[in-house]
Amino acid sequence: MIKNKISTNDSEKDGQKSVLNRRLFLRSAGVATAVGTLALGACKDDDDTVTPTTPATGTVDLGSGDVGILNYAYALEQLEAAFYEQVVKTPYTGITAAETTILTDIRDHEVIHREFFKAALTAAAPTQIIPGLEVDFSKIDFTSRAAVLGAAKLFEDTGVAAYNGAGKFIKSADYLLLAGKIVSVEARHAAAISDLITPKTADFASDTQIDANGLDKATASATILAAVQPYVKTKLSGANLPK
Amino acid sequence: MDIFKILDEIQKIDGDSVGRLEHATRRHFMSKIGSKLAAVAVPTAFASIVNKAYAQSAGAIDILNFALTLEYLEDGFYQMANGTAGLIPDTDKAIFAQIGKHETQHVAFLKGALGAKAVAKPTFDFTGKGAFATVFSDYKTFLTVSHALEDTGVRAYKGQAGGLMGDPDLLQYALQVHSVEARHASIVRKLLSAATGNAAIKSWITNAEGSPAAVYAGDDNKTQGGVNLTGLAGKSDAAITEAFDEPLTKDQVLAIAGLFL
Repeated sequence: MIKNKISTNDSEKDGQKSVLNRRLFLRSAGVATAVGTLALGACKDDDDTVTPTTPATGTVDLGSGDVGILNYAYALEQLEAAFYEQVVKTPYTGITAAETTILTDIRDHEVIHREFFKAALTAAAPTQIIPGLEVDFSKIDFTSRAAVLGAAKLFEDTGVAAYNGAGKFIKSADYLLLAGKIVSVEARHAAAISDLITPKTADFASDTQIDANGLDKATASATILAAVQPYVKTKLSGANLPK
Repeated sequence: MDIFKILDEIQKIDGDSVGRLEHATRRHFMSKIGSKLAAVAVPTAFASIVNKAYAQSAGAIDILNFALTLEYLEDGFYQMANGTAGLIPDTDKAIFAQIGKHETQHVAFLKGALGAKAVAKPTFDFTGKGAFATVFSDYKTFLTVSHALEDTGVRAYKGQAGGLMGDPDLLQYALQVHSVEARHASIVRKLLSAATGNAAIKSWITNAEGSPAAVYAGDDNKTQGGVNLTGLAGKSDAAITEAFDEPLTKDQVLAIAGLFL
């Protein structure tokens, strides 16, 4: 029942293409400057300083800069924590003791991540922290092992790709290290969940997740937010996130 | 269309354009080289773009060579293990084939990025100077060394991320490798737990438990962002330490890797 797959290889390639195209565009822009015909409007997406976008009423704006990225992480951790809280509360049919242990561990980790971000943001940016989000898991059949583990895999792989994609925009070395401490735990989860779905295969780090250079996904926040929005009733806006 | 003629024309106007185009082309090219093109079939001009040192700053080169050394170690280790008959059970061969493939890819990727500045492959002693004498004959010993190398890799990349902040592209690549190493560590730890019958070994690191001890030193840290998280959300110390993987410094990593040099 997972309708929104995250960042397939194709979208990843599109991302690389867009980077390439932007670089090529900047080069052409440089050329154009030299001959005096630069069209400023076309540069809008690449400006470092953007006018903050005001979100529509009822939309939660994640904000900008490092605080925006922390809010982004906090939103994803809220989603993951709520999901595993439900999984542990209403175990799927036929769950084994070993699976219960793994899923309970993961729940604890995600709750800790959520509460950590809440505390950190409350301390660092009390006026900018996003509120608790209302989740929507109506599309997930929590009695079904396949549905629960499929959703878990989606959330974990999404988390890894999100942190990997956001890391280079973090300005504070302390925050970057914190993100690093968390993303590898998400990657451990992703592999553990995959191995429950298809044990003893290469799926813990499959060729659809890892590219031919041995690199995991790194996905832009806009793509991630679009993919997780169906599971969050609160409308999220990442329009002001660094990108 | 003659691409080189176009480049010449552009360079007359914008002196740095070739450098920037090389950068862009290299990115685009690196994404395809592994999947579609055999290296030998690559035109020389493009090969030179790939081989030209990607890393420009001395600090970044140092970090990439440090990473390359670790990847050489892992790659050599799995090549040996995957080629040793009777070591890895048939049921687990797909897992180690995949891990070995990634390490080989990481070596190739880093060597491509460093070009002529890449360090040479050291000679390794995978028995750890005798500490793991049966590493290629006893599966449990192999798994012990494997999980230690993967967890070291995770902690090593994490410790270097801050040093790459000046080069966002390299930082992202490092992060992308970092999470792959964490996936490896997760699955190997599960296999080690099963092989040893030790349920306390989980896919995540609890407190600072694990062997060799140097690999897990400091992983029991509970202070994050300057705040002691003990008791957060009513969770155990075990859970709090599992939820955050800690970095190792370069010196700590080199001391561990030194066992195998």
